Amino acid sequence: MKILVPIKQVPDTATQVKIAADAKGIDTTGITWIVSPYDEYAVEEALRIKEKRGQGEVVAVTLGPERAKEALRSCLAMGADRALHLRDPAWENADSLTVARALAAAIKQEAPQLVLFGRQAIDDDMGAVPAQVADLLGWPCASWIMEETISEDGKSVRAGRQVEGALEIFTIPLPCVLSAQKGLNEPRYPTLKGIMGAKKKEIKDVKAADLGQTADGAQLFVVALEALPPRPPGRIVPGEPAEAVKELVRSLREDAKAI
Amino acid sequence: MASAFWCIVEDDRAGRPKKVTGEVLGEGARLARQLGGQVEAVWLTDKATDEGLKQLAEWGAARVWLLENPALAPYRGEVWTPALAELAAAQTPQAIFGAVTARQRELLARLAARLGVGLAADSVAFSAQDGKLVATRPVYAGKLLSKVGWSKPPWLATLRPNVFRLEDPKTGAAPQIERPAVAISQGTMTLAERKEEASTGLPELTEADIVVSGGRGMKGPENFVILEELAKVVGAAVGASRAAVDAGWRPHRFQIGQTGRTISPKLYLGFGISGAIQHLAGMRTSKIIVAVNKDPEAPIFKVADFGIVGDLFEVVPLLTQEFKRLLEK
Ligand SMILES: Cc1cc2nc3c(=O)[nH]c(=O)nc-3n(C[C@@H](O)[C@H](O)[C@H](O)COP(=O)(O)OP(=O)(O)OC[C@H]3O[C@@H](n4cnc5c(N)ncnc54)[C@H](O)[C@@H]3O)c2cc1C
Ligand SMILES: Cc1cc2nc3c(=O)[nH]c(=O)nc-3n(C[C@H](O)[C@H](O)[C@H](O)COP(=O)(O)OP(=O)(O)OC[C@H]3O[C@@H](n4cnc5c(N)ncnc54)[C@H](O)[C@@H]3O)c2cc1C
Repeated sequence: MKILVPIKQVPDTATQVKIAADAKGIDTTGITWIVSPYDEYAVEEALRIKEKRGQGEVVAVTLGPERAKEALRSCLAMGADRALHLRDPAWENADSLTVARALAAAIKQEAPQLVLFGRQAIDDDMGAVPAQVADLLGWPCASWIMEETISEDGKSVRAGRQVEGALEIFTIPLPCVLSAQKGLNEPRYPTLKGIMGAKKKEIKDVKAADLGQTADGAQLFVVALEALPPRPPGRIVPGEPAEAVKELVRSLREDAKAI
Repeated sequence: MASAFWCIVEDDRAGRPKKVTGEVLGEGARLARQLGGQVEAVWLTDKATDEGLKQLAEWGAARVWLLENPALAPYRGEVWTPALAELAAAQTPQAIFGAVTARQRELLARLAARLGVGLAADSVAFSAQDGKLVATRPVYAGKLLSKVGWSKPPWLATLRPNVFRLEDPKTGAAPQIERPAVAISQGTMTLAERKEEASTGLPELTEADIVVSGGRGMKGPENFVILEELAKVVGAAVGASRAAVDAGWRPHRFQIGQTGRTISPKLYLGFGISGAIQHLAGMRTSKIIVAVNKDPEAPIFKVADFGIVGDLFEVVPLLTQEFKRLLEK
């Protein structure tokens, strides 16, 4: 079974982000980059499916600048077999739909039985690409999955999606799109052997023309990035616990009208 | 009608729209007034109720587009998207709004791809600039705000629950119902099983007005009882930090933060939580933040409106008592 895992390289969550001079993006100097955490769940799940079935291929794919190769290497070190790097000036001002179109075109060429995404990329936090790709391909999809089992004949998957108050378990014919929620698994750390082996694995560069894609312009554009408005300074309620609690509850009621 | 602001109805699967739909309709109505147009509800369901339809009218929906078909339950994107896209192609609405809920965040993304338009997911504010809509959405773990615009309509967006106000109810308003003929496919995925979460008897985390949340400082799963008692008194949901979840003290669905749920309650009370950036990402848009931590240097105090430096095991029972006294009055 061939499984494709689209991953995104994002700034480490603990990084201080600064707004770039044009106010449209962030200043990327000095940023530490990581594979978006949800995408690690997706890679891990793909590897587990392959291991369980005793055969198959896991292909990591990303659309991004040159530095994104490092993220692909991390996935290869975890155990992915090979990677595709979608990189082209045509995609420079991509929005999620542009990314989805490029990925859908790559998926058509690769023809995997399953595409496993992260539930959202933790930089733009759009959570849009997986469902968009599913729609462009005309495939069913289940978002925010917490568990999955591929049928023995490899024709369908039972996947549990997290919804408010329940887990809904669907039987979905393959090929389909799934997106991983935290809790699906615990991603492995790459072993030294994995890291060494990753250096020899293939990362194929893919241009827009290879996928029959042209620069079609973003549908959603960034007007400006802004810093958060500062929260009004808070107040430490002083005193012994009993006094402090009384005063806190009074403030919540009378000053903040929060209860 | 070209200037309709559509709001997709989120219901309880039993024919009653949820409060978040009132919030989406409220914001839709305000934007429609500013930009010209009217707010309308679009309800895809296997079974609507009269009271539900009336509720939508009272929340301000000038019209309700009702697609009622057994194949629409449970929600499946592959079935809902083509139906909604067909209706949108015929009616050309100006905007299509949904709520940030399990089904709608997926639905609106699929729909955006189908219609070839932009989607502003998880928006927390809107403004009109030169007759066009601009959405504000938190990015980078809520460290920055991104203002985004659309190249062409319809403007698709999902709205974070608990952030937008309901309009004053139009009491007694009668719904104007349209039942358009739209093809509904049978779909390919089938529901095998629905595992309900054990009911806590407390409100849903993302819908609650008050959230009480515990971190590593709770020291063990058994101690969450004191937070549950507090929650019961004030009608709150109980959440947790990732440290508490990863330790196995609380299930994943209760995790608040960047890799958990995003909440915007009126009141958030955090106990034994340090306030890591990834935790703040999930609760920063709460209206009032209260923190109880024994470390005066804990970063959570930087975003808290009120703080108590102290031992939570002393403070929580006192708080429960004091709230009880207040609410019994
Ligand atoms: C220079 C620059 C300019 C930009 N300009 C715009 C703009 O004008 N308008 C705009 O809306 N956005 C813009 N963006 C942001 C943007 O292109 C995002 O990468 C895009 O929106 C997709 O990410 P997302 O956060 O929406 O993904 P999500 O939908 O949150 O991601 C969900 C999942 O999809 C997969 N995925 C997401 N992105 C990729 C990827 N690149 N490669 C492979 N898999 C992926 C992953 O599995 C991920 O977990 C810009 C970014 C850069 C760097
Ligand atoms: C990629 C990534 C994603 C993440 N996503 C999330 C997320 O979604 N949500 C999240 O919460 N975290 C997330 N984290 C983890 C985050 O960085 C922190 O590790 C986590 O939030 C810490 O949880 P905590 O505040 O409960 O624990 P700690 O940081 O250990 O803080 C415990 C606090 O309790 C206080 N305390 C101890 N005993 C008492 C007492 N008796 N009375 C009062 N106070 C007491 C201590 O002073 C301390 O401040 C993520 C991390 C990464 C790297």
